[in-house]
Amino acid sequence: MNKLTPVLSAHWDDKDSFTIAGYSRHGGYSSLKKALAMEPDAVIQIVKDSGLRGRGGAGFPTGTKWGFIPQGDNREHYFVVNADESEPGTCKDTPLLMANPHVLIEGIIIGSYAIRANHAFIYIRGEVSHVVRRLLQAIDDAYKAGFLGKNILGTGFNLELTLHIGAGAYICGEETALLDSLEGFRGQPRLRPPFPAIAGLYARPTVVNNVESVASVPSIIENGAEWFSSMGTEKSKGFTLYSLSGHVKNPGQFEAPLGITLRELLDLAGGIRNGNKIKFWTPGGSSTPIFTDAHLDIPLDYESVSAAGSMLGTKALQIFDETTCILRAVLRWTEFYKHESCGKCTPCREGTWWLVQMLRDLENGIGTESDLVKLLDVCDNIGGRSFCALADGAIAPIISSLKYFRDDYLAHFKNGGCPIDPVASTLFETSKAGA
Amino acid sequence: MAYDEKTNGQMDAIIARYPRSRSAIMPMLHLIQSRDGFVTPAGIEFVSEKLGLTTAEVSAVATFYSQYKRKPVGEYHVGVCTNTLCAVMGGDAIFAGLKDHLGLGNDEVTSDGKVSVEHIECNAACDYAPVVMVNWEFFDNQTVESAKTLVDDLRSGKNPAPTRGPNKVSTFKETSELLAGFNDGHAEEGVQAGPATLLGLKKAKEMGA
Amino acid sequence: MTTIDSGRTESAVAPIEQINLIIDGFEVTVPKGTLVIRAAEQLGIQIPRFCDHPLLAPVGACRQCLVDIEINGRAFPKPQASCTIPVENGMIVKTQLTSEVAQKAQEGVMELLLVNHPLDCPVCDKGGECPLQNQAMSTGQSESRFEGTKRTFEKPVNISSQVLLDRERCILCARCTRFSEEIAGDPFISLNERGALQQVGIYEKDPFESYFSGNTVQICPVGALTGSAYRFRSRPFDLVSTPSVCEHCASGCSLRTDVRRNKTLRRLAGDDANVNEEWNCDKGRWAFQYTMAKDRIANPLIRENGQLREASWPEALAVAAAGLKGKRAGVLVGGRSTVEDAYGYAKFARIALNTNDIDFRSRPHSQEETDFLAAHVVGSKVNYQDIDSADHVVLVGFEPEEESPIIFLRIRKQVHKRALAVTAITPYLSRGFKKLNAKAVLTAPGQEAAALSGLTLTNKSIIISGERLSESAGGFSAVVQLANKSGAKIAWVPRRAGERGAIEVGAIGNLLPGGRPVSDATARVDLAAAWGVDSLPTEIGKSADQILAAANSGQLEALVIGGVDPFDMTQPSVNALENTFIVSLEMRPSVITEFADVIFPVAAVTEKSGSFMSWAGDTRSFEKAAPDAEHRSDAYVLSILSDAMETPINLTGSKAAAKEIAAVGTWDGARATFTATQANNSQEGTILATWRHLLDNGSLQANEPNLAGTARKNFARVSTKFANELGVKNGELVTISTDRGSLALPIEISEMLDGVIWLPRNGVGAESLRILGALNGDGVKVRKGI
Repeated sequence: MNKLTPVLSAHWDDKDSFTIAGYSRHGGYSSLKKALAMEPDAVIQIVKDSGLRGRGGAGFPTGTKWGFIPQGDNREHYFVVNADESEPGTCKDTPLLMANPHVLIEGIIIGSYAIRANHAFIYIRGEVSHVVRRLLQAIDDAYKAGFLGKNILGTGFNLELTLHIGAGAYICGEETALLDSLEGFRGQPRLRPPFPAIAGLYARPTVVNNVESVASVPSIIENGAEWFSSMGTEKSKGFTLYSLSGHVKNPGQFEAPLGITLRELLDLAGGIRNGNKIKFWTPGGSSTPIFTDAHLDIPLDYESVSAAGSMLGTKALQIFDETTCILRAVLRWTEFYKHESCGKCTPCREGTWWLVQMLRDLENGIGTESDLVKLLDVCDNIGGRSFCALADGAIAPIISSLKYFRDDYLAHFKNGGCPIDPVASTLFETSKAGA
Repeated sequence: MAYDEKTNGQMDAIIARYPRSRSAIMPMLHLIQSRDGFVTPAGIEFVSEKLGLTTAEVSAVATFYSQYKRKPVGEYHVGVCTNTLCAVMGGDAIFAGLKDHLGLGNDEVTSDGKVSVEHIECNAACDYAPVVMVNWEFFDNQTVESAKTLVDDLRSGKNPAPTRGPNKVSTFKETSELLAGFNDGHAEEGVQAGPATLLGLKKAKEMGA
Repeated sequence: MTTIDSGRTESAVAPIEQINLIIDGFEVTVPKGTLVIRAAEQLGIQIPRFCDHPLLAPVGACRQCLVDIEINGRAFPKPQASCTIPVENGMIVKTQLTSEVAQKAQEGVMELLLVNHPLDCPVCDKGGECPLQNQAMSTGQSESRFEGTKRTFEKPVNISSQVLLDRERCILCARCTRFSEEIAGDPFISLNERGALQQVGIYEKDPFESYFSGNTVQICPVGALTGSAYRFRSRPFDLVSTPSVCEHCASGCSLRTDVRRNKTLRRLAGDDANVNEEWNCDKGRWAFQYTMAKDRIANPLIRENGQLREASWPEALAVAAAGLKGKRAGVLVGGRSTVEDAYGYAKFARIALNTNDIDFRSRPHSQEETDFLAAHVVGSKVNYQDIDSADHVVLVGFEPEEESPIIFLRIRKQVHKRALAVTAITPYLSRGFKKLNAKAVLTAPGQEAAALSGLTLTNKSIIISGERLSESAGGFSAVVQLANKSGAKIAWVPRRAGERGAIEVGAIGNLLPGGRPVSDATARVDLAAAWGVDSLPTEIGKSADQILAAANSGQLEALVIGGVDPFDMTQPSVNALENTFIVSLEMRPSVITEFADVIFPVAAVTEKSGSFMSWAGDTRSFEKAAPDAEHRSDAYVLSILSDAMETPINLTGSKAAAKEIAAVGTWDGARATFTATQANNSQEGTILATWRHLLDNGSLQANEPNLAGTARKNFARVSTKFANELGVKNGELVTISTDRGSLALPIEISEMLDGVIWLPRNGVGAESLRILGALNGDGVKVRKGI
């Protein structure tokens, strides 16, 4: 049975998949025409009915989010796309936009129409030059084709679309930090409430959606809510992009219904490289507690992953085999969170600073079991105490690694340093072994 | 320092993209980098003047984002991903190898001004790990040797094509103008997707989708 | 006169919904919108906090105030920052006192705050009054578990000449940056960098030169921001604190004066929700060194053979009495007297000198203003709460940030909060006006009347006029006309703290104490009875200009002068003083003491009790702060002088004066009537516009170089068009001249009316009034270069 359902990725193998001609060849922008012929509320209803949930990590129902926008309030509304893909391990929106920026633009126009926004923004991270190029070109072409601008397709609907290019800050993936950044401030999260649906960009009602969520909308309009909700699990409907990376034979993007397992995906990716054993993996980026080989059969949907003690997140499946030192991995992630902490709140700012110092010592074999108690207690003082979820993400790898690999920590103390050869874990080793 | 008429016009064009002018600050800082090579004091003062903000407000923003540089970088700014997955897969070795090869520390520039190296965080290309970015273009599946060759080529003017990107790498300043939101016309160049991106689709087709 | 209606807006009287909740097992009822942290305060439960400040928007950054909350049985999954959560009915809050989770959360945050905090409390100014130190004791653990490397920074760095920043001590609560942006509108400091490297800073080239910067030092919950003047000077527990009132402008700020061994070491903003809230300006905070100047006059001086020599009090009093008794004399009070001292001068003039020739205005003034004050200012009350409820504030002859900074903050608060409409009738749209989002009616000085007549207001509007409007003929008349037409309230704001009180106690030629018109026989009889004298002089007194002119012509033979610099006046005629017998009451040598025949030393505000009446008509009383000071108040000196003249005024000091002022009471009879003055439309040449910067060459700012270092730079301001006509660019010099003198200043092109040049009136090295002798609306010559 075919476990894969290429929808977003269906035509990525066309050389010109990223052009307006390439997109149109497969019916691109026809959903737009269909949506613009409907009442905006009907569009929201279809998205609600489809069961589409946010693909950026939190899994909030997209249609419900759209429905929160107050109507008839005589204020500007804004539609903002979060393309700041920066969560370690996450690499789905970037290739999607490189291969087909128009599907996002079509989704944006439909979404903006539904929530009655006349200005939309794509906030893309600044470290992906070629994706920026493709988006700029696609927006130009969409304007030229009359899909953007004044009186779109003669319907009287107006929409401006602005590409806002970031400048390097993971925290801007947090939607309120993104909005502050888009307003020209430091990207630090805002107090909520008020939520963006009430006071978002420029204090106006605003929807912030992930790229993949918005890009999924044209297919839902085209094929109907039932088509979409027939895929996936009871509460996690539809298809999504799973990104396999790391020590698998063939890393890559796999578009499948929600609920597929890692074991199934690993089969498709050719298994772990060199016939090695899987050691640990992240279900949805580095902020989601790690799993081990004991979790290969957990359905990768929102509920099942959560029930198993982690989060589906961005479905960024980073696979590490037995050659990897867990402490090295955790330390590096912690250094990342320290680097990316915005500095606003005490637990995250000072906590990540301290955690890095503690973990460096532990990785160097300096420590005792009591240091692990302290480490966990400091994590406890950071988690759930900070302003936003960044710090919760920062402690996730530490706590989960201690849960599954406590012995590895102790081995470092015994060994007076890392007992694992870093060379064995590299890609070059794989190629050598493969050669 | 005054900026020329073209720059002024581009600044105005940036401001015109937004309902409120303050939003223009980030692309304007990218544009300053495209002219000066980094965020200069003159640039900060110019942006503050243009947007009616204090210099403190502008520098607060400029120092928050890691792509805004406080000092000149190389014409080709090389970023080696050393976040966990890339690091484990070889990023650490590549970064060490490059520093050694070029005789540079993190965030330093070769004496010819051609190349600078920096370790960077996850760049959303994990399925192509280990990844090296040159002026934020993707060089996928790198090894220590391929990375060394890459920087040598950059220094000798060979200008290699990114794995997924345009036919050649633009300079840091040219890239910064792109990041200020000005289309450089190279969107059609390069592949639409790399092999890892297409893997699932290929498998699906093999299984008869 | 215009009816002053101090009624509140409907919103203020509308019932506010009350919310019931339970905190640590105790029920409490608070108004809707109250934050949990403040509801807890109502019960006396102190939740530790750093970033929280009741006058700043909630931010929830420090996370110190975490508590457990449940609403209607639904518990928040994690502790919440009580400084960001408004109360709700059915809310159950458990603080550190009843929740182990909250207690551990708070201890955890405290430990994290201390991870990078240096252990330099023994040398930190904040030690002993430090919220971090105190709360680390109450909420922290005795031992740190941190064994790593602390973050280090260069320390300290000057972010202005008067504020130092120690980034190692900073806990990044952002109170200072939030204050600067939200309250002062001066975002010259910001948070820079990010994460653990985040730090407060200025942009290198632009120091933190805000008139309100001292507030950040006061609200800093650690010793990260310190003031140059107080640095390493004292420990808080060595200070004796006295509530006091600012003597500089008419805003009426509450202050706290901290004295050690009779020396004033610092002043802080006092807490008065109705006036300055918890803020003050840097002048009020730091301009007090003059009280301890080395050249303070210690003993009476008399002039003998042209030279001053020290004399005993009896000798000096005898000489002064002989020089004044029976002579035609006038009194110049100066604008800085306390209410009690001004009363002393007023009573002295009437009883000892038998004259109404007394004026408190040591600055340009007009007959129109004299009439306006008697008809529309004395006895009036328009206050800060009226600004809070106004629908429109019109500013004329008044730049609030420069001339009364707390009024500026109050208006700005309302602009920020509810987009209060502000109209500025001004030739120059200053930074202060811009921060008020003021609609500018660019008006040439002298043309204010016409601009006012074009406005439409309501009975909820306020017209705030400054003393400078006296330089525009017809200006006050137009204010009255506009108020009569619309029902708008009239407020008048002088620059100096003593002026409003001086009017109320009759230190002006047309009014007796309590607002009694000199022209009203009944009022005179009423006061004479209160004072126990047979009669009072009947002739309306001369104005300050007229008094000086009369001295010049010999019509007046003697003057009693307290705290006046004649160069502040319209027609300085210093020559006149040489031939007049002068009794001077002064703290320090001045232009007047150079001519004076007898000089009596008097007390500074820290050395006496007293009161100032704010612009709003509120009496702001204060106690003596320096306990061992020996100097006596002006009122006391005048009283013993009157004894020596055998015409006693019987004021044994400020307290006695205050008691008598209350006893004399205010006049409830008819007010003086106001006759409109015609505007003058003829103007020639380049028109001068000028006012004082808050920080300038004023004598009460002496000896405080740190403060002076943050003064605005002196520029001659012109429009772009005018600059082009002159052929000058920003920074190039122009020379401004009158027949009296000339002054060269660099140009700064500003948003202003063509054909007008703006100059600082008393900038250091740019004392345009003194040098040019020109006022608002006067013609001056301007040319490029020196």
